[in-house]
Amino acid sequence: MDALVSLVSIRNLVKTYQRGPEKIEVLHGIDLDIPRGDFVCLMGPSGSGKTTLLNLIGGLDSPTSGQIDFDGKRIDQMSSSKLTQWRANHIGFIFQSYNLLPMLSALKNVELPLLLTKLTAAQRRHNAEIALQLVGLKDRIKHKPSELSGGQQQRVAIARAIVSDPQLLVCDEPTGDLDRKSADEILSLLTQLNQEHGKSIIMVTHDPKAAEYAKRIVRLDKGTLVAASA
Amino acid sequence: MFAWLNQIVQVSWMNLKNIPQRAGASLVIVVGIAGVVGVLTAILSMGAGFRATLGNAGFEDRAIVMRNGATSELSSGLSREQADVISGAPGIRRDANGKPIMAAELLVIADLPKASTGTLANAAVRGVQPGSFLLRPEVKITQGRMFNFGTREVIVGKQAAMQFSGLKLGSRIAFRDSDWSVVGIFEAGGSANESELWADAEVVQSTYRRNGFQSVSVALENKSALKTFKDALTADPRLQVKVSTMKQYFAAQSEVMSKLINVLGYSVGLIMAVGAIFGALNTMYAAISTRGREIATLRAIGFGAMPVLVSVLLEAELLALIGGAIGALLAYLLFNGYTAATLGSNFSQIAFDFRVTAALMGQGMVLALAIGLIGGFFPAWRATRLPVATALRAE
Ligand SMILES: Nc1ncnc2c1ncn2[C@@H]1O[C@H](COP(=O)(O)OP(=O)(O)O)[C@@H](O)[C@H]1O
Ligand SMILES: [Mg+2]
Repeated sequence: MDALVSLVSIRNLVKTYQRGPEKIEVLHGIDLDIPRGDFVCLMGPSGSGKTTLLNLIGGLDSPTSGQIDFDGKRIDQMSSSKLTQWRANHIGFIFQSYNLLPMLSALKNVELPLLLTKLTAAQRRHNAEIALQLVGLKDRIKHKPSELSGGQQQRVAIARAIVSDPQLLVCDEPTGDLDRKSADEILSLLTQLNQEHGKSIIMVTHDPKAAEYAKRIVRLDKGTLVAASA
Repeated sequence: MFAWLNQIVQVSWMNLKNIPQRAGASLVIVVGIAGVVGVLTAILSMGAGFRATLGNAGFEDRAIVMRNGATSELSSGLSREQADVISGAPGIRRDANGKPIMAAELLVIADLPKASTGTLANAAVRGVQPGSFLLRPEVKITQGRMFNFGTREVIVGKQAAMQFSGLKLGSRIAFRDSDWSVVGIFEAGGSANESELWADAEVVQSTYRRNGFQSVSVALENKSALKTFKDALTADPRLQVKVSTMKQYFAAQSEVMSKLINVLGYSVGLIMAVGAIFGALNTMYAAISTRGREIATLRAIGFGAMPVLVSVLLEAELLALIGGAIGALLAYLLFNGYTAATLGSNFSQIAFDFRVTAALMGQGMVLALAIGLIGGFFPAWRATRLPVATALRAE
């Protein structure tokens, strides 16, 4: 029963950007369901609107029209401050360029989302250490991002994304900057989070090998979903 | 509300801890603001010192009588008879023997070499009477002794002794073709009298071949006795005089100069402040645009735009506070008590000390905070107005 209820349900989603006097419709009425526990890969040519769609699902932006239900709750009409709070509670972001704060150690970076909770400093540290252990970086917690390899930085970013236990991980080309070996490690980690920890994942990638880790692939072309394959 | 406060505290704390890692950019702000506050405080301390020096001598229970239309003692003149009439007026305080406390005084100019340049400058010589000392109990001989009435002896104000050469204790000086000896040095509570030389009025009169005086100063019974005293003098047909309290007189004397100093101080300060604001804006813009991605990341994670804005402002204000404190402190250390001399309205040298007062330093700190607020607000505002999705895309 639970499996039938989608975590994310998107109906007739349209996004238009204003560029000067011009209005550009980037997404033309998308319908998409992401069940709980899904690991879905979003592929498509550059400029097809993948990041735009991901940002809408992750609540970083609001659609021009259409509906997004997340866990039975509409997020498409939330005010930006409501959406900010909502993101903190429901979404973990993983970016292509990691987006770690360069001044902070790995541990402090992972603790960041917990600053928004009521946890004590000791609890924050404890939880952050567990997350770092999970991504295999227990021995690097004092290191600054500049002292870590790309693969390690992305693992810190994954620890940060999961530390507050969100339902959905939103990953925009998480292996785009990594070599094959590091990429495979990151993808295995994501698979593990999906299978063992029940995280739902939506991931954009250009890499067909990366897509093989996902349960299914959704293709976007010029703002329209073209075909889904299992 | 709690959540916001908590976010502000957390993000600010994080920012502040990272200031040392952005030392270069932070230093530019601190130094710029320190410069503005330092210069402004120093210039205004000149005005404060000048006012204090002239204002010190002005007590509200002392009055000075000059000829009607005179703008300063030098352009005034009163005859011996007029001085006698004035001494009989009501409202003057009396000493233990029932004698009115008053003094008819001369003010003349002597050309003496300046200690700093050796060139001749105008020194004010005041011919005084015993009443002059009763009127001004703040006058104290600090070295040597009081001059003897009837002799060519002078006592020299502390500031005059420093401003002019040859006014040491025991020196002999020549002016108006006569020889004078310096027998004492006096202080006068920091007032303009300290820039004068004092000698017996009778001796000065004979030396300068004068009969009359420049002014008559009196001690009033109390502040409200001024009206009685003034009304009596202005009603008397034998006199054409104006009466003011010493306070009024010196305030009028110092007005032009202290206005000039203030105008100078505030305009220089304003120009520098505008420069510093642009400097701070520039650095804060740079500091924030390099952190644009960090700010966007924080907001993606769930930090509010407002807490991020406030914490950036707090950082700017902290730097401004440090800069302001350094500037005010430097002004204090370098300029407080620094002595300058200017031409007083009697065309004689008046020395005064720069006064870096607490009020001036406070004013400097307020300016620093204002610069920090303006310099930090616009960059922070712009950074937080940018949609998160857009900010994350920007490389
Ligand atoms: N803020 C924006 N303003 C205007 N156009 C935008 C903006 N963001 C993205 N676009 C345009 O929308 C289209 C889709 O972009 P994007 O979602 O980033 O595609 P993808 O991630 O698939 O490469 C592109 O043509 C891009 O130029
Ligand atoms: Mg993209």
